[in-house]
Amino acid sequence: MTFMKTILGTAAALALSAGAALADPALIYDLGGKFDKSFNEAAFGGAERWAQETGGTYKDIEIQSEAQREQALRRFAEAGFNPVVTTGFAIAGSIDAVAADYPDTKFVTIDGWVDPDKHSNVVSILFSEHEGSYLVGMMAGMASESNTVGFIGGMDIPLIRKFACGYAQGVVAANPDAKVVSNMTGTTPAAWNDPVKGSELARAQISQGADVIYAAAGGTGIGVLQTAAKENILSIGVDSNQNHMHPGQVLTSMLKRVDVAVFDSMTAGADLETGTVKVFGLAEEGVGYALDENNAPLVSDEMKAAVDAAREQIIAGDLKVHDYSSDDSCPVLKF
Amino acid sequence: MDLNTIIQVLDSSIRLSTPLLLACLAGLFSERAGIFDIGLEGKMLIAAFFSAAITFTSGNVWLGLLAGIGASLALSAIHGLASITFRGNQLISGVALNFLASGLTVLIAQNWFKQGGRTPTIPEEQRFQEITLPFADALRDIPLLGPIYSDLLSGHSALAYIAFAMVPLTWWVLFRTRFGLRLRAVGEAPDAVDTAGVSVVGLRFAAVAICGVLCGVAGAYLATSLQAGFVKEMTAGRGYIALAALIFAKWRPWYALIACLLFGFLQAVALRFQNIDLGGIVIPVQAMEALPYILTVVILAGFVGKAIPPRAGGEPYVKER
Repeated sequence: MTFMKTILGTAAALALSAGAALADPALIYDLGGKFDKSFNEAAFGGAERWAQETGGTYKDIEIQSEAQREQALRRFAEAGFNPVVTTGFAIAGSIDAVAADYPDTKFVTIDGWVDPDKHSNVVSILFSEHEGSYLVGMMAGMASESNTVGFIGGMDIPLIRKFACGYAQGVVAANPDAKVVSNMTGTTPAAWNDPVKGSELARAQISQGADVIYAAAGGTGIGVLQTAAKENILSIGVDSNQNHMHPGQVLTSMLKRVDVAVFDSMTAGADLETGTVKVFGLAEEGVGYALDENNAPLVSDEMKAAVDAAREQIIAGDLKVHDYSSDDSCPVLKF
Repeated sequence: MDLNTIIQVLDSSIRLSTPLLLACLAGLFSERAGIFDIGLEGKMLIAAFFSAAITFTSGNVWLGLLAGIGASLALSAIHGLASITFRGNQLISGVALNFLASGLTVLIAQNWFKQGGRTPTIPEEQRFQEITLPFADALRDIPLLGPIYSDLLSGHSALAYIAFAMVPLTWWVLFRTRFGLRLRAVGEAPDAVDTAGVSVVGLRFAAVAICGVLCGVAGAYLATSLQAGFVKEMTAGRGYIALAALIFAKWRPWYALIACLLFGFLQAVALRFQNIDLGGIVIPVQAMEALPYILTVVILAGFVGKAIPPRAGGEPYVKER
């Protein structure tokens, strides 16, 4: 038994030291999976860009269940990966539990929030989704002919309500008569991957008069965009640029540059500044709206001018978009 | 609430009930023959993937349907082999198949299409088309009955009509044919069937195969009729809801229809109205979503009649020597 222990111990030590020499970055995706055409795929895109430009290598993992979060963090930290980049709000709790055990490893949480005073080796990267959503909301308000627009969220969490609230404010700002219909797909992680429900929600909103629908719902959004295109109304994609999915029928996409966050973190490598909370807003180009050849005919000059003006105002601080997560309430939308 | 809204909600209920109904009838055949099948979810998922993949590559949705049924049958065969031939635990075999389907679909999708575990979007004209029933447009103006016929009953895909036609067919097969009698007997008292000189193994394999075919149709309905392609885990627990509906229906075909329509209706209501205000009391949307499961627990606990599963269910048959 003791002999066995020695052998195993030596093997483990060898494995650890071998890993430590590498100090490659690692990336942990959230439950939506690496190729969700949205949030996690943007993270993958950033990592791939880093690998191409620097010639470096990285390890990544798609977790399959809640329990694997902590396990994956410990695995990567023990194997000497640095920094360990994670996506999704839900992993923040696990990082909080693990970070103190690996003071030499730097952890990055994108969308999650870990107390910077408690852990000096963690950096939380947050996005001003409400500001980006405000801009696409303005476009929706201007594009709508029925004065009714829709919002379809994935899992009902404060982050998604932040999207909804920013969007609704933008709609009302551009079109004071407009009504916003808001639905959440569900309350479990399955809500991120249920395009059938997404389709039904889109149909339900269309029957209530909506003619522009914004989907912030991961894989569920694929069903929303599909049904919107079929019923000849406009839709708005999220996180990655989804304009190409139904050319000419997706008004725009609210970009959340997770790829930039991942790329920057990996480029900084072991020198990454930690113990802080970074916010990627409009000024940092962390959020924005997508304009390409697929949606160019849909976006009028007037629309573009109004949105760009609002963007400048928000950056200059003249226009404040209410952040749902700041006080768990929204002035223009009831949940 | 006007008639139009009611019809839209009911229309949505029909679309949401159809996959449940097919899976529920699939489970009914299997469980009536004494083979518990927790793998309905996995069979639907793999059928959804193969039907979408083959429809996209061949451009023929009926070929896609066949491919979906074939994939689902393959899983059924594994389930049969494990739980009938080798007398393994049926629940564990079913769970294993769910995991297998969940991983395999994404793996093959990534290998074939390189779109991250999705299939490409199937062009609109290659999907199952919505069928307009005869005279649907002419009858639309008749009050009440017109909209019900032309907006609610008409305009679903062929697979939905097949699903609803399966209910009387299932009833007839199970309760009016010799095959059905033997199939039910094999789930209640396999030794008696064996004594009568009828093959228990053969009957059970037949039941599992029927289950595979129906799950295949359910998966194809999700991926090529309701949607235009496969997305990973797109069944989103519908196989489990179908199992709940099966218990709720007490393993009877007509009750299964009612249970699935009810569960579909509850989902549709939850999707259409976020929070329902009943004169001061607000029912949150989460309560509506949980209702199917609560109802099933109530039925199982024996408050509303008793749900008695087939007596030999879950037990492999061992011939006495």
